[in-house]
Amino acid sequence: MGKVLMKGNEAIGEAAIRAGCLNYFAYPITPQSEIAEYLSRRLPESGGVYLQGESEVAVSYMIFGAAGCGERVFTSSSSPGISLMSEGLSYIAGAELPCVFVNIMRGGPGLGGILPSQADYFQATKGGGHGDYHLMVLAPDSVQEAVDMVMESFRLAEKYRNPVMIIGDGLIGQMMEPVAFRDELKSEPLNKDVWASNGMSTRNSKTPNLVKSLFLSPEQLNAHNLKLKAKYEQMAREDLRFETYNMDADYKALIVSFGTMSRVCRTAIDDLKEEGIDVAMLRPQTVFPFPEKAIYDAALKKECKIVLSIEMNMGQMVEDVERSVKGQRPVEWYGKCGGEIPTPEEIQELVKSRL
Amino acid sequence: MGKVFKKPEALSDVHTHYCPGCTHGIIHRLIAEVIDELGIRENTVGVAPVGCAVLIYDYFTLDFQESAHGRAPAMATGIKRVRPDLMVFTYQGDGDMASIGISEIIHAANRGEKFTSIFVNNAVYGMTGGQMAPTTLPGQRTTTSPEGRNVDEVGMPIRMAELLSSLATPGYIARHSVTSPKYINRTKKAIKKAFQYQMENRCFSLIEVISTCPTNWGMTPVEALKWAEDEMLQFYQLGEYKTPE
Ligand SMILES: Cc1ncc(C[n+]2csc(CCOP(=O)(O)OP(=O)(O)O)c2C)c(N)n1
Ligand code: SF4
Repeated sequence: MGKVLMKGNEAIGEAAIRAGCLNYFAYPITPQSEIAEYLSRRLPESGGVYLQGESEVAVSYMIFGAAGCGERVFTSSSSPGISLMSEGLSYIAGAELPCVFVNIMRGGPGLGGILPSQADYFQATKGGGHGDYHLMVLAPDSVQEAVDMVMESFRLAEKYRNPVMIIGDGLIGQMMEPVAFRDELKSEPLNKDVWASNGMSTRNSKTPNLVKSLFLSPEQLNAHNLKLKAKYEQMAREDLRFETYNMDADYKALIVSFGTMSRVCRTAIDDLKEEGIDVAMLRPQTVFPFPEKAIYDAALKKECKIVLSIEMNMGQMVEDVERSVKGQRPVEWYGKCGGEIPTPEEIQELVKSRL
Repeated sequence: MGKVFKKPEALSDVHTHYCPGCTHGIIHRLIAEVIDELGIRENTVGVAPVGCAVLIYDYFTLDFQESAHGRAPAMATGIKRVRPDLMVFTYQGDGDMASIGISEIIHAANRGEKFTSIFVNNAVYGMTGGQMAPTTLPGQRTTTSPEGRNVDEVGMPIRMAELLSSLATPGYIARHSVTSPKYINRTKKAIKKAFQYQMENRCFSLIEVISTCPTNWGMTPVEALKWAEDEMLQFYQLGEYKTPE
């Protein structure tokens, strides 16, 4: 299929429809309101459901109810909105419902700003809501990858019966790039007759289904959490994704960076190469699960002296990078936030000063 | 002679965890009878609250989804929007609906979501041990209003049926009681009407039910019924507040 030039936010909305997701609930917030605007037009004409909820809190439970019926559903928001959805995310993860949340991140804390940011890395990968749960988290670095990840996210959500979050910084949402849409989603059997609470007659059953997150007995709750943990481990075994850059060279430094930030790092790496300095990059495409072993192996390559985690925040992913490197190499964070983005020149200077 | 009184098919054959004399059980039975009479059990999804009725799904033989505290109307919205062919109801206490979930219920009612809410008003937070609720009567003692509800500090109780009736969107809204057989019959008729409006895809419907919590009111079941009739019905007047006609 040919490519079309699209703004990231609109492409994300279109990708969901192409993935067969015709249900969308949301509350407007910059810098991703175009997703809602696009879908408020596209979904009704496609026979789908578009609804603007009264708050992100309510939206997260509309998603719960729709996903609890076994229907494909998604929402999108930006940082402050995701904070409000975090209660719902905890319940959705507890009830093991497949659905997709898109966070086009802006700066924080509080109202912060409306410019691109990666400051919700902790929130996305470590929780946000209460309890022992994880989202599967994908981080695209281009509009094309955002589109591919949106389509893939429904398959992953259904495979694991777990909410999947896509974190794109504001640039991903606002940028215009050529995109191609894959024809259709390769989905896995959802077995929803076993679990979805969608009316017994829907599945020709005499036994009620119950969608819940309450387990009052300690044995049951412990067993439930062990089951969730096993799912997270399976994600790491089967659906971990990352990309490498200049990894074949005898690099002196390893950069770990995700999303838009990694594109800037790529430019810096190209420029450094012209000066005869080899630096490699590992770009996590899934930030949960996190490519710990790949980072460890890459950091330990003989010539590699330092590992740099470069982020559009005040140092969040660096904690996971440190955990991955296990003290075998020095690990440093570099970054900016609030809409400021480290430039290729700054990254080159940083690398040179450390070698 | 055939059986004249039997358990509705929509109710499970189990003992409930409700305290002796609690009227949650009566309300469950009325809903179950209506579901049987309308023949909708296999096409219905209930939404459970957080409150004493959190385990409501154990007592019904139909599909349920369990909400977070107060969010049941948003969840019912999600279900009903993607599956308009299903019958959907929420069952919520006064803390759940009138306090933490007041935004969700007002907006669901105002959008005219085609589901039914059963709102159980017992003037306290039952599950957490009898704290003050938004529906606690002026002067009523609870574990967090030991001197009685001081309306100068915390305002007057919220009358949900009246509040929701003020919305311009059409709906069916009524307040009834389960404190006497006469009232119980009226409550059942209203619940049936609410479900019928939903079946006809007419409007949002909400039945507020005046209920007792003998345990947290510190009364015997009989005293509790009398207190509800003497005190609560003064402030919470029964009747139909809004019809879609
Ligand atoms: C977010 C959140 N806050 C507080 C609670 C604790 N809590 C559980 S039930 C309840 C009040 C229930 O009262 P009500 O809705 O009146 O129902 P009842 O128990 O009286 O039937 C509260 C405050 C909770 N579960 N979740
Ligand atoms: S605490 Fe009150 S509302 Fe809860 S079961 Fe007991 S009597 Fe009923």
